[in-house]
Amino acid sequence: MLHISCPWCGPRAETEFRYGGEAHIARPQKPDELDDQQWADFLFMRTNTKGAFAERWYHSHGCRQWFNVIRNTVSHQILAVYKTDEKRPDFPIKGGV
Amino acid sequence: MGEFNRIINPDKINKNNKIRFTFNGKSYVGRKGDTLAAGLLANNVFLVGRSFKYHRPRGIIAAGAEEPGALVQLEQGSHTQPNIRATQIELYDNLIASSVNVWPSVDTDVSAINGLFSRIFTAGFYNKTFMWPRSFWMKLYEPVIRRAAGWGKAPQSTDPDIYDHIHDYPDILVVGGGPAGLSAALVAARAGARVVLVDEGAELGGGLRQLDRIIDQKPSMEWVESVKAELSANPNVKLLSRTVLFGYYDQNYLVAVEHKTDHLPLQERAGKVRQRTWHFRAKRVVLATGAHERPIVFSNNDKPGVMLAGSVLAYLERYQVRCGSEAVYFTNNDSAYESALRLHESGATVKAIIDTRTEVKGELPAKAEAAGIEVIKGSAISKALGRKTVKAIEVRKFSQDKSRLEGAVRRIPCNLVAMSGGWSPVVHLFSQSGGKLTYNSEKACYLPIKIVQNQYVAGSCNGDFLTSECIESGVTAGREASTALGLSVSDQQNMPIVEEVEDQNIEACWMVPGENEDPQQYAKHFVDFQNDTTATDIHLAVKEGFESSEHIKRYTLTGFGTDQGKTSNINALGILSQVLKKPISELPTTTFRPPYTPVSYGALAGRHIGKWSDTIRVTSIHDWHVKNGALFENVGQWHRPWYYPRNGETMQQSLNRECLAVRQGVGVLDASTLGKIEIKGPDAAEFLNLVYTNAWSKLGVGRVRYGLMCREDGMVFDDGTTARLADDHFLMTTTTGNAALVLDWLEEYLQTEWPHLKVFCTSVTEQWSTISIAGPKSRRLLQKLAPHLNLAADDFPFMSFKTTHIDGLECRIFRISFTGELSYEINVPWHAGQKMWDLVMEAGEEFGIAPYGTETMHILRAEKGFIIVGQETDGTMTPQDLGMDWIVSKKKDDFIGKRSFTRADTGADNRKQLVGLLTDNPKEVLPEGAQLVFDRYAPKPMPMVGHVTSSYYSATLERSIALAVVRGGLDKMGERLFAPLEHTTIGATITSPVFYDPEGDRLDGEI
Ligand SMILES: [Zn+2]
Repeated sequence: MLHISCPWCGPRAETEFRYGGEAHIARPQKPDELDDQQWADFLFMRTNTKGAFAERWYHSHGCRQWFNVIRNTVSHQILAVYKTDEKRPDFPIKGGV
Repeated sequence: MGEFNRIINPDKINKNNKIRFTFNGKSYVGRKGDTLAAGLLANNVFLVGRSFKYHRPRGIIAAGAEEPGALVQLEQGSHTQPNIRATQIELYDNLIASSVNVWPSVDTDVSAINGLFSRIFTAGFYNKTFMWPRSFWMKLYEPVIRRAAGWGKAPQSTDPDIYDHIHDYPDILVVGGGPAGLSAALVAARAGARVVLVDEGAELGGGLRQLDRIIDQKPSMEWVESVKAELSANPNVKLLSRTVLFGYYDQNYLVAVEHKTDHLPLQERAGKVRQRTWHFRAKRVVLATGAHERPIVFSNNDKPGVMLAGSVLAYLERYQVRCGSEAVYFTNNDSAYESALRLHESGATVKAIIDTRTEVKGELPAKAEAAGIEVIKGSAISKALGRKTVKAIEVRKFSQDKSRLEGAVRRIPCNLVAMSGGWSPVVHLFSQSGGKLTYNSEKACYLPIKIVQNQYVAGSCNGDFLTSECIESGVTAGREASTALGLSVSDQQNMPIVEEVEDQNIEACWMVPGENEDPQQYAKHFVDFQNDTTATDIHLAVKEGFESSEHIKRYTLTGFGTDQGKTSNINALGILSQVLKKPISELPTTTFRPPYTPVSYGALAGRHIGKWSDTIRVTSIHDWHVKNGALFENVGQWHRPWYYPRNGETMQQSLNRECLAVRQGVGVLDASTLGKIEIKGPDAAEFLNLVYTNAWSKLGVGRVRYGLMCREDGMVFDDGTTARLADDHFLMTTTTGNAALVLDWLEEYLQTEWPHLKVFCTSVTEQWSTISIAGPKSRRLLQKLAPHLNLAADDFPFMSFKTTHIDGLECRIFRISFTGELSYEINVPWHAGQKMWDLVMEAGEEFGIAPYGTETMHILRAEKGFIIVGQETDGTMTPQDLGMDWIVSKKKDDFIGKRSFTRADTGADNRKQLVGLLTDNPKEVLPEGAQLVFDRYAPKPMPMVGHVTSSYYSATLERSIALAVVRGGLDKMGERLFAPLEHTTIGATITSPVFYDPEGDRLDGEI
């Protein structure tokens, strides 16, 4: 069970949170202007990162705030926690640990 | 015969601490502090069970958690527990235990005949059998195997015990109370850390309980006592004995079970917590979990009386039990000599020490020879003899290259074989934590090499086998863990001085070879004592093409027993390396998984049982429903009235009466469970435009609108009505089960996609009680309650609401309808729900008001073709599939799901679409979920074209009705289809899903 530091509430057990999948996939501003392929990419396609992965979490049993986490998908180590309007911190670890 | 093997030494044994216990129906005497295994050995009981596959006699091999063979059924009736290791059960007065896997008795087990067929039962037996014809398995093997292979029996009645959970957040969690763990805890405690130390034993000390060392000029157990005293006196330290740490998860989350009353007589346990599950989130962890001794694999090494040398020493020193009077030792390292010397000193005869090493130079072997014990070097036990217990062994010499045995066979009679194949660090928790292991050939074991969590490894678990090394690495771990937390460790702490003998010379020996290369010679060389895996099985698995250790493990079942192969995994790898002719260091180790030892369901469940297993939500009117005989159904966590049977009614009779009351007079429903979300802010209307498929900007204040929500993929997600309370203020309702999900959904979009929208969302589900009155007479009823209110249809039209007071209670009244009848939803503050319900019931009496439940609600809405999300929809239905294109805006630029409606798949014309079904026989009610076909005579498997989603008997229509989803159904009105069922086939005709009042004439009710 992960130990996640909510940017508002501090470190809490994973059971208080809901997972929100890959972060930084913005909903297109004008979906109507996308062709089927582009829309399908937004809807269904996600990276399958081994290493530092930016993902969304929701403190559903706490402050009800969404935020982003960078987690090493191999070791489950949490490398960074940041708010949705903050820039993704750079982590060189990609493709393994 | 009494305590035949007990050494009655008055210094160590209190005469008055006798305990009576029963094993397999016979009564025995044990001593306080004994384990069941110690008690049995003291009474010369060596045969305690039978093995899983061949039903070979099984005895006690070890003295702790690693025991593979001595499993018993503990206690009877509701207290009974299957497959508990006799080595971990503390004796208490009147304990009752029996063997498992025996029939009719451990002495005359008929299934032992399995042993005669051992060539059939070899590696992969189960896998191969499954591949044989299915009918063989069902009729022949399964019943036979079930009877023969049943291990212990699960209790048949409710568990009478109490279990607990507790969470703790120590600075430093130390696992293991041996010299390493105690040293680490002491340093950390002195540095001021909050320390928790867990140990599985009843008594701290680990290996020091049997190793007679001198620490700081004191006997080692005195040193243990002094450390324990200091730790106990420190308020920052918690010592948990009888506590098994069984799981090590991410980010130093560790789970343990504390056995609080398992050592007490049954009558002393009542009202006490039996086991407590500890959830630790530790800043730092010190693993000091020790080492387990390995058996040596030789022919008949599974005979009762063949034991681990260190365990023989443990029984002697901890319990004053001599495991045999005529012992033979078999070893590849020096540690067994210590056991042999002490057994010899205790008065037993050590007939020989057989050492696989050709050169034996250590101090301990020298002492043994000086004591007159014969040491037979460069040799091995080729075979143990004896029927139920060991009676003798055969010894032969190794060839020069140690690849085979040769020369004369010497037979030595004995009643105990004490073996040592070396020591394996207990790396289970380390491995669970993600740590990596490497093979160390000098120590002939796997050692931790890479730590991935905030963790330190100390003592034997780290390969530091000497007591002095344990203490040193424990002190270092405690120091580093404390320093890492910013605590200062005094430099003045002296490292305790240990007096001991170096005993680390080991030469790996995984298996005793035969005379030649024929693997059939190893059919009785047991590797896994619980699953009866032999060295032959490993040879066979390789011959059949398996190479990876994970595959071999599964194919031969090595390590798949309740002991998880604590004594077998490493030997199996060693043998595999010999068969594959690859160095063991090149083989990957198998994965260790939680739990370290089996955990009871009770401990996992804790207090979350019965009515505490999940949250129960009830409305403010719940007590009235109970008093008035309602039956309930669960909707999410809510308990909602299902229907209200009156004297002697069947369910259908109740539903008919409730439905007709609504259609002809007035009915009342407790609708408080509907999700209610307040949406407020200047951008609230724009937000609703984005989350609903229809348009909201023009909805006037005081008006209500129905809305449908989709996901981005265009599939219907929820529905409900939303009212405009003010320009910037809406009240949304959701389905009962989806309330929390919808709120999360709204928050997600507000926070992550449209943070520029100024909108707040708040759940008010439990702020408002909702009482829905429905039926042609509901206006007259409401008028009676609120004489001041203008209820004329033009002043209070359908899909509007009014705010008022009834009997001093603040009310919001919504004129909406889920039944097709004139209907009002009266909302009052939650606390006033019961009062308003009483007012409604009282005023409604003259109109024949009937309370109705969710089942009648479902029938009434189905008569009108209204969908229920989750019943007509399953996450694959679009609004168009539901025939609800009318609610999808063509004008709005964007809303969630819009773009997906034009995807090729979502727009395909042969999708399942919502239709009504009328059965040929109006009395026949289709089962919900029934699959539908167009051609009832089509060959099987028939092409299925859809399924029934809702189906009821409608009293109003005096016939059955059903809703269904059918491929291309919207274009198939009037066509026939069939529901092929087990014993019959029901024919039906496709119709509109609106069965009743399609024109909506009844919405205004009686004027
Ligand atoms: Zn939070």
